[in-house]
Amino acid sequence: MANENHDQGSPTHSKPLSVHVMRSQLGRVRGLGAAGTGVAHWWGQRVTAIALLPLSLYFVASVLLLSGATRAGMAAYMGEPWNAVLFLLLIVTLFYHLALGLQVIVEDYVHKESSKLATLLVIKGVILFCALASIVSVLKLAL
Amino acid sequence: MKDARDALMIGRNTDGKLVRRPMSPHLQVYKPQMSSMSSIFHRITGAALGLGTLLLTLWLVCAASGDNAFSIIQAFLASWIGLLILIGFTIALFYHFCNGIRHLAWDAGKGYELPTMHRTGNLVFVATAVLTVIFWVIGFLVW
Repeated sequence: MANENHDQGSPTHSKPLSVHVMRSQLGRVRGLGAAGTGVAHWWGQRVTAIALLPLSLYFVASVLLLSGATRAGMAAYMGEPWNAVLFLLLIVTLFYHLALGLQVIVEDYVHKESSKLATLLVIKGVILFCALASIVSVLKLAL
Repeated sequence: MKDARDALMIGRNTDGKLVRRPMSPHLQVYKPQMSSMSSIFHRITGAALGLGTLLLTLWLVCAASGDNAFSIIQAFLASWIGLLILIGFTIALFYHFCNGIRHLAWDAGKGYELPTMHRTGNLVFVATAVLTVIFWVIGFLVW
């Protein structure tokens, strides 16, 4: 009985324990999974989600404050530096979060490689366009 | 048959006729559950909020464009169809907000137990209703 235990990793008699990881060291260092990508996407989605918790509440409050406002009132609101900064932050995080989320939906439901690529390019193009249009509008109102 | 794996999806029914086997999970067969329903609503509300974001862009661009454009968009948002869209927007926003917190908790490894999952799921639906009602009560009081 005692001899049989020697092979079970007893530190005094047998070889030191070792773990074989079936992944390249470079892959481990970069934190990449089997697909070679995805970690940045996953983190991007979570970080923007956390940032959007306070920012979306700020947005909801702003909408309530600005309901029925005139254009001058809107410009005065955006003219406050904090409001302009918070709106710009909201726009950047919101559109980035949206791009990441829609990408997952497209990848789940569009299987043909060419259609998938085309859909993703159109979505990202529209999102970039809308994000820039929103940013320019906020800056124009603010400045 | 495009793929060798398709061979596994073909079988004979009790009449001996060749039929395509149903794939699993088969949506028509499953009873709606908290897990599947809260998950698909997260995706639906996310996509809906993407459309709402186009409205946000339009609102900001109109405000930056001039008094005329801004009065048109404000009149549209105050019309019954505009209000209907905005009510949908707020429901989607509050649902995605609350269920997003649930997702972040799961990412932190918390709340996976089935009773907890059911409780938080119900909480999300209740919180969505409460927050939406509060928003519109305040909205109509301010407006």
